[in-house]
Amino acid sequence: MAASGSPEFEELLRDHAPRVLGALARRCGDFSAAEDALQEALLAAHVEWPAAGAPANPGGWLYRVGCRRLADAQESESARKRRESHVGEARAEARAAADSGEDALMEHDDTLLLFFTCCHPALTAHSATALTLRALGGLTTAEIARAFLVPEATMAQRISRAKQTIVDSGRSLALPAESERASRLESVMQILYLMFNEGHLGSSGPSLVRVELSSEAIRLARLLRAAQPADAEVAGLLALMLLSDARRPARTGPDGELVPLHEQDRARWDRAAIAEGTQLISTALERGAAGIYQLQAAIAALHDEAPSVAETDWPRVLALYRLLERATGNPMVSLNRIAAQAMVDGPTKALEALAELERDARIAGHFRIAVVRAHLLELAGERERAIREYRQAANGTANLPERSYLITKAARLEGTDTAGSA
Amino acid sequence: MKFMLMMHGTRKGWEALSSWSPAEFKAHVEFMKGFAAKLAAAGELVMAEGLDVPMNAKVVQAGKGGAALVNDGPFPETKEFLAGFWIVDVPSPERAVAIAAAASAAPGPGGKPIPIPIEIRQVMSAPPV
Repeated sequence: MAASGSPEFEELLRDHAPRVLGALARRCGDFSAAEDALQEALLAAHVEWPAAGAPANPGGWLYRVGCRRLADAQESESARKRRESHVGEARAEARAAADSGEDALMEHDDTLLLFFTCCHPALTAHSATALTLRALGGLTTAEIARAFLVPEATMAQRISRAKQTIVDSGRSLALPAESERASRLESVMQILYLMFNEGHLGSSGPSLVRVELSSEAIRLARLLRAAQPADAEVAGLLALMLLSDARRPARTGPDGELVPLHEQDRARWDRAAIAEGTQLISTALERGAAGIYQLQAAIAALHDEAPSVAETDWPRVLALYRLLERATGNPMVSLNRIAAQAMVDGPTKALEALAELERDARIAGHFRIAVVRAHLLELAGERERAIREYRQAANGTANLPERSYLITKAARLEGTDTAGSA
Repeated sequence: MKFMLMMHGTRKGWEALSSWSPAEFKAHVEFMKGFAAKLAAAGELVMAEGLDVPMNAKVVQAGKGGAALVNDGPFPETKEFLAGFWIVDVPSPERAVAIAAAASAAPGPGGKPIPIPIEIRQVMSAPPV
């Protein structure tokens, strides 16, 4: 970028860009054209704001400039396609909007529209995540490419393919019908949570140049919540992210190694994030039937509020996992329920439950079974078998810090760990 | 998730290469070029490289004081060689398998699929989502 804006301008632009983009997309019905127009408006802002100061209404300013660019683009387009009479009308309309300067043209619905578009069901999660970071997160293609450790050209292609897929799906750029809205909102939340976990678990790579995906996901969850303030599940999702992210400072040791929940130094947890997350989830739960994000947030809150592993309210954690199990039918949740069960009923009962779960073909042979079994065997004092299970589990993960953790666990149990910490 | 797709060749295969007709060879190269271009256009390609013939390979080991001990060629008993590789970033393991299957169908003599064995390995540090 030619003009270098100050950080505060950058922040201001990033905050306003999604709504402006949503409004422009709604106006012209063309996501790509809207994005081009926004880019030009942002460029204009980079040039004009540092000299003249930020306008009183930055969003309105960007929207007006964007509308003018849209009108200009349509004009040159119509020079080629004069036969299409409606182009003239659209152009006149865009001009009128540009000149009216009505900020009421931008609504929270425009942010929502953008979320629904970027997390379109026709896209793979892979593409939707990239597009969401671009359009709603305001990240550059280069930044997104770095976050996923792929070449910039690859990411540029992925994003442009995603846009094309949306166009090809033939759905107009409009808010989904009321009947479809809940399931579309679910897709949006799923993408944001995937993005969060990508940052949360994929802690490898040169972190100095990596955009913090979990922080981006939290930022976007806040944006979604501002657009859907009455939705308890959206609040639950944001709470879940905050309550998990609060443990981030304690999640890795001095050499970047993984520190599991029960070994973390709780003094290093982020109290402000815990307070905010707890407040959010408490309020959300008062509204009635809890969805899967609220349940997970409630579990996270119980961990975060406990002064130690022993003082954790395990019976309540277990009860919440049972609810979550019923709501999702997901065997991974059952696995977590079994880990909680060990803290309530002891490891022997939990090992029995694990043997039963293993009959579920969806999870049989998954390395996470070995992880939990290793842990339970260790609790039960079955050292030899625990070592074997930790080793087997280590072969099952493609995540480097996680594999190191499991290998180290086995080595420590065997007494061969030269680092020798308990 | 990222996967490395490794294309293996056999000693016999390398030797047979010299008996391919220019047209057969060209078709094979064109296929590989087009294949990489398609992966790039899909936003899935991280990198792709073809390797020089194994006859030019050297095996290096650290000797005393870190000095390089260099031997010509791969181990004599080696029957399969890495001929080239792709690293792809895809939404699922199934997609990686599909890509490997498509690569394996590269044309050989008579324009028929060879078919090349492609080994798939997940790249570590991809988060387990």
